[in-house]
Amino acid sequence: MRIEISGQTIQSDFVKKVAEISGESVLSCNQCGKCSAGCPMAFAMDWLPNQIIRLVQLGVEEDIASAKTPWICASCLTCSVRCPRGVDLGRLMEAIRLLSLRKDISYVTAANIPPDALGAMPQLALVGSFRKHTA
Amino acid sequence: MDLSYYPGCTLKTKARGLEDAAVATMAVLGVNLVEIPRWNCCGAVYSLADDDLVHHLAPVRNLIRAHEQGADKISTSCSFCYNTLKRANQLVQRDEVKRRTLNDFMEEEKDYHGEVAVVHLLEVLRDDIGWDNISAKVKVPLHDLRVAPYYGCTLLRPQEIAIDRMERPTILHQLLEAIGAEAVDFPFSTECCGSFQIISNPDSVTQRAWDILSSALRRGAEALVLTCPLCYFNLGQRQEELKQKYSDFPGLPIFYFSQLLALALALDSKVCHLELNYVDPLPLLVSKKILV
Repeated sequence: MRIEISGQTIQSDFVKKVAEISGESVLSCNQCGKCSAGCPMAFAMDWLPNQIIRLVQLGVEEDIASAKTPWICASCLTCSVRCPRGVDLGRLMEAIRLLSLRKDISYVTAANIPPDALGAMPQLALVGSFRKHTA
Repeated sequence: MDLSYYPGCTLKTKARGLEDAAVATMAVLGVNLVEIPRWNCCGAVYSLADDDLVHHLAPVRNLIRAHEQGADKISTSCSFCYNTLKRANQLVQRDEVKRRTLNDFMEEEKDYHGEVAVVHLLEVLRDDIGWDNISAKVKVPLHDLRVAPYYGCTLLRPQEIAIDRMERPTILHQLLEAIGAEAVDFPFSTECCGSFQIISNPDSVTQRAWDILSSALRRGAEALVLTCPLCYFNLGQRQEELKQKYSDFPGLPIFYFSQLLALALALDSKVCHLELNYVDPLPLLVSKKILV
């Protein structure tokens, strides 16, 4: 996939916002890949977790906004506790989700969940999903 | 000993087996769980954003309810509730600015500074009651039952709230040994089941369930034990689909830790609500002479 980067993208507001919301130092990541190696949901992702950090470092907002990976992250925090550079990737993923949710872009729409599935789900699945995935 | 107790939403419906068995077993072990009044949902997932304080109000309000009762400790048996309550408590304890903002926002409440300690019932079993005292009360040792301990995420991560070693926990192993069962080690015991992705990506959760359950089966497990109502659902309810997908998948009964403890203490099995289990455990329990 072709990605356009420039001095402008790297210094964009997007990178600053992710850092501010997450409280994490994005540039600390040196791309060792340990997060992706241990990620239990990596098989379902379009970008690997370490690739998402790289995209944030480069400030390519459009590719991150269209990526499925932050929505597929289950916030299990395996990456966060294993990162040798102390980057809490779980918080970065949350910041990326929030930047969409705060523009009223949801990943889950409660009305689209089939009624029988809704009835079967334990409450904490619904509350967790709505908090992470609905605007 | 009275101990303040926060149940959580799911424990009043789908996870009654977790709650009723926990309350009954703790009573036999000398701990009277006292449900806090006017509790609300803890929010299930802890907010990971630096600028999002509003989602910390729900767990902190529950801690205030416990504090009002004069409790210095609040216990819970749901892993998600434990994680959210404990992390919110640590935030209030450690971040003075956020604490002040939260307290200012909750005008109607007394100021809270993190006075109440948050504990999971597994910690109460280990640290307050003790494995030896539990063993001494066992009436039906679960001999010959090979159980894989599944810890999941929220009891262990992040490190500051972990009830045991993050990468190599043993607390469920120790409980199993205390009640006479055999703990079966398997490599997926601290891996995520897919969590709330069951709503948006159910197929991925089915894949996670297969990875976790088939690994436990390969190690010779006859059942799985866990503490979380969401893991319980994801690893239990998905088995129907796994049976259709993999014709040789035999199924694996799943228990809450409190259910196995109640069975070992020979309490009335009604407190276990085994009828709510997604995989019928009765054939296994009868074959092992744990139930007749």
